[in-house]
Amino acid sequence: MTDISQAQPSITHDWSSSTARRRVRRRYGADRRLQLYGLAAIGTAMALLGILFTSLIYAGYAAFTTTKVELGVFLDPEKIDKDNIRAANFRKIVRDAFFSYFPEVQNRTEKRNLSKILSSGADYIVRDYVVRNPDKIGELVKISVPVSDPFDQLYKGIIPREIDALSYDRIALYRQLESRGVLSVVDGVGVAKTTLFVDPAQVPEEGGVEAADFQRMIDEGFRSFFLAEPSRSFYEILSRNAAETLRNKVVADPSLVGKTIEINLPLSSNYDNLLQKGEAKIRNPRFRSDKEFAWFDSLIQRGLISTPFTWELFFNADSRFPELAGLAGALSGSFLALLVCFLLSFPIGIATATYLEEFAPKNRITDLIEVNINNLAAVPSVVFGLLGLALFLNTFGMPRSAPLVGGMVLALMTLPTIIVATRAALKSVPPSIREAALGVGASKHQVMLHHVLPLAMPGILTGTIIGLAQALGETAPLLLIGMNAFIPSVDNVGLTQPAMALPTQIFSWADSPERGFVSRTSAAILVLLGFLVLMNLLAVYLRRRFEKKW
Amino acid sequence: MLSYLLLALLAVTIAAYFAGYSKARAFATGASDGSQHSLSGYHGAYVAAWAGIPSFLLVLLWLLFQGPVVDSLLVSSLPPDRVEGLDVGQLNLLVSEIKSVAKGNIFSEPDAVVLAAAERYNAWNAIANWAMVACALALAVGALFIARSKLAPRFRARNQVERITSALMIVCSLIAIFTTIGIVVSLLYETLRFFSMVSPLQFFFGLNWEPQIAMREDQVTSGGAFGAIPVYVGTLLIAFIAMLVATPIGLFSAVYLTEYASDGVRAVVKPLLEILAGIPTVVYGFFAVLTVAPAMRQFGELLGFSIAPNSALAAGAVMGIMLIPFISSLSDDALAAVPQSLRDGSYGLGATKGETITKVLLPAALPGIMGGILLAVSRAIGETMIVVMAAGIIAALTLNPFEPVTTVTVQIVTLLIGDTEFDNPKTLAAFALGLVLFLVTLCLNVIALSIVRKYREQYD
Repeated sequence: MTDISQAQPSITHDWSSSTARRRVRRRYGADRRLQLYGLAAIGTAMALLGILFTSLIYAGYAAFTTTKVELGVFLDPEKIDKDNIRAANFRKIVRDAFFSYFPEVQNRTEKRNLSKILSSGADYIVRDYVVRNPDKIGELVKISVPVSDPFDQLYKGIIPREIDALSYDRIALYRQLESRGVLSVVDGVGVAKTTLFVDPAQVPEEGGVEAADFQRMIDEGFRSFFLAEPSRSFYEILSRNAAETLRNKVVADPSLVGKTIEINLPLSSNYDNLLQKGEAKIRNPRFRSDKEFAWFDSLIQRGLISTPFTWELFFNADSRFPELAGLAGALSGSFLALLVCFLLSFPIGIATATYLEEFAPKNRITDLIEVNINNLAAVPSVVFGLLGLALFLNTFGMPRSAPLVGGMVLALMTLPTIIVATRAALKSVPPSIREAALGVGASKHQVMLHHVLPLAMPGILTGTIIGLAQALGETAPLLLIGMNAFIPSVDNVGLTQPAMALPTQIFSWADSPERGFVSRTSAAILVLLGFLVLMNLLAVYLRRRFEKKW
Repeated sequence: MLSYLLLALLAVTIAAYFAGYSKARAFATGASDGSQHSLSGYHGAYVAAWAGIPSFLLVLLWLLFQGPVVDSLLVSSLPPDRVEGLDVGQLNLLVSEIKSVAKGNIFSEPDAVVLAAAERYNAWNAIANWAMVACALALAVGALFIARSKLAPRFRARNQVERITSALMIVCSLIAIFTTIGIVVSLLYETLRFFSMVSPLQFFFGLNWEPQIAMREDQVTSGGAFGAIPVYVGTLLIAFIAMLVATPIGLFSAVYLTEYASDGVRAVVKPLLEILAGIPTVVYGFFAVLTVAPAMRQFGELLGFSIAPNSALAAGAVMGIMLIPFISSLSDDALAAVPQSLRDGSYGLGATKGETITKVLLPAALPGIMGGILLAVSRAIGETMIVVMAAGIIAALTLNPFEPVTTVTVQIVTLLIGDTEFDNPKTLAAFALGLVLFLVTLCLNVIALSIVRKYREQYD
């Protein structure tokens, strides 16, 4: 080595020269940049995960409590027939109890507005209470019933009492005017200084100045501020009285006709507020009058409003009213579908995997089976829905919306997961176990059944639970076989009865227009994610606790 | 009734097991020379298998064929003057009216013919049900006795049971093939019916997609436009946006995790990334509607241009988030599969870590990464819930990501929700789209898997 390097006339590389140093710096800079990109990518992914969960929790936590108002209901034996409780007019009983808090409200319209504070389901809650406790008839009982969705949201602070009267682009128009300095407050009224031409053409022959089309003149003059603006919403900035102001001025001094004048025109009330108070608010249109706020505030002051935990979310069936809607139907439907899915996919999956791994000869048919299993794992889920619709519903005539069919479709989707997991688990059982069993005279089936499968079972169960967790979140195939039916009761639960599933319930709530369903949907998602976390934790536990390393 | 029958069959099967077991115990205790071939349990299982399996199959087949047979009996029993001149659709309508009357859902005044037919229908169904119960139970009990009579000390019950088990396992294995066949046949059948109403040329090359009109005019084939190009374009646009989000994030995080991160960071970050893969897509869809789309809209307003609330951008971006762990874990595998010797060689030449990654590892892992990206594209094209909730329904032929577009899966779901009459092109169009989707994703998967496999063999 040394000889050679000495022999060679040196193409010496000056590693300490500034060019070399710069190059090394650049190369390490590139390295650091790459590392930084990686960190940024991971940071982005984590941030997105965080935003996802934060926004769901932020939107959903409110649905875990329900705003309720306590009613003192007198169960009048004259109005409620002990033998036919359901026939009684609970609507009236509940309303009378509620109206007794507000004896001053007598007007029919006001009473109707007042009763809107209560949820529409209050009647049924009281009725069900009486059906459960018929001995309470004749007593004064205290029952808490939910308030309707707008008040629930109001109490939780999700929706405000007042909202901005003006939209973003309208405020932008206003800012344009403001920046031109034409706005001012004169005698307590917000005005815009407008230059306009008092057009003689707009003054009719008969009627004279009085009947002139002043509105048109104002529009013409005011438009000069917004020549480039395509929308016409700037006309709303001026008050409807602007024409009156101009008329008064021109009538007082008819010589102005034909001249270009400068005049202060009053702003309409929303823009006036914006100018004078800095903000323009109107009552939230979800409430009909300010009286409703007063009534609700008085309920709060009297301590009648409470926010207990929403057990209804788990025990109520679906409803059109967000404050009453619950997941009971969806949970039972998902449970039944998963049960069917498990009962089908678990044995079939194990049988398939065992056959392919341990018994099957290597030939065309087994190759074909393997290719098929791999491809089924990648087929889009909606295609399985099409299969279920065309084959199970249309050809075999099975009932629509039934958990049985849902479970069968989900089983087909879960099979590849279970098969792959089972094969991996079977492979991990060492051959020495098999050989020892064969050596003492067990048949091949006995080796499998008595030795290999029990040892592989933790791995198989882990894979099965993960497969079932995936199945629990599947939505599209269930939509196609109709498991998004609206089912407002949980009386009829069965494998062939129409049912919802948890994800389809989420989908249908997400589609509902009522504001309250946003938090219900988020809460339902949190419940679904909770189940998924539990199932995955169970899988991890099984793997840690029982899996043997050979 | 069916559940009782199945319970009864289960009871007979259990009884059969004990019948066989007790008979075998009798030889075992009687013939003490140890000449019994199989353990008593195998004798029991043999009898139980014969009692249970054939009768269960009979019930399944009966259920499959009872409906169509009773229907055809019903149609042939209708008075000829009533059936004359009806086409298939009207006939089906009549049959379903009879069925709903038979169930007791009487809406208007049904005529006498319908009432009589409904009564006949109920009677036949009752007969068929009882006949099924009788046949299944008779078969189960009969098989029990025949199988039990075969038992003998030298009877090879274990071999028989193992043969039955093997046969069952083979049948289970074939389910995967049958599922694929079922998908292809059902999609193909409905697609061919669709193409008998709408020309394939229009479907594949038409620029106008308005399937709803076919329903409104209540006429087969008149009206309604089924040119699916805008739908394909929308699908590709959203998938493209998704890949634009997922590929850099997924790839760079995989590079960081395999090459730079310490074991501790890896142990924390990898499972967190996997969480993204475990979240159901309906949750992503809601996330897109709740958070991403409004945020984008506000951002657009801030910059002064308008973004539609169901823009392709929002749906694609959220789908991209869903695909991040997919790409990252597949790239991770591909990078980890590059032999250590290549790394060592590169470091030996004095390359920095970054140079090793960009000049050695990434080119070596490229086939695997490409395979992963193709798989992700196939996922993006087939993804349903995100686009159903966050993308549009109207098929607009545009490449503007701020406009709403629609996708194949959105169309499938919207065309099939609520309406399942299989006689109009609107419903059948969904199956044609489904077939296209199935074939495209299948091709992508096959190509991707073959790339990945070929590449793996190269280094093994």
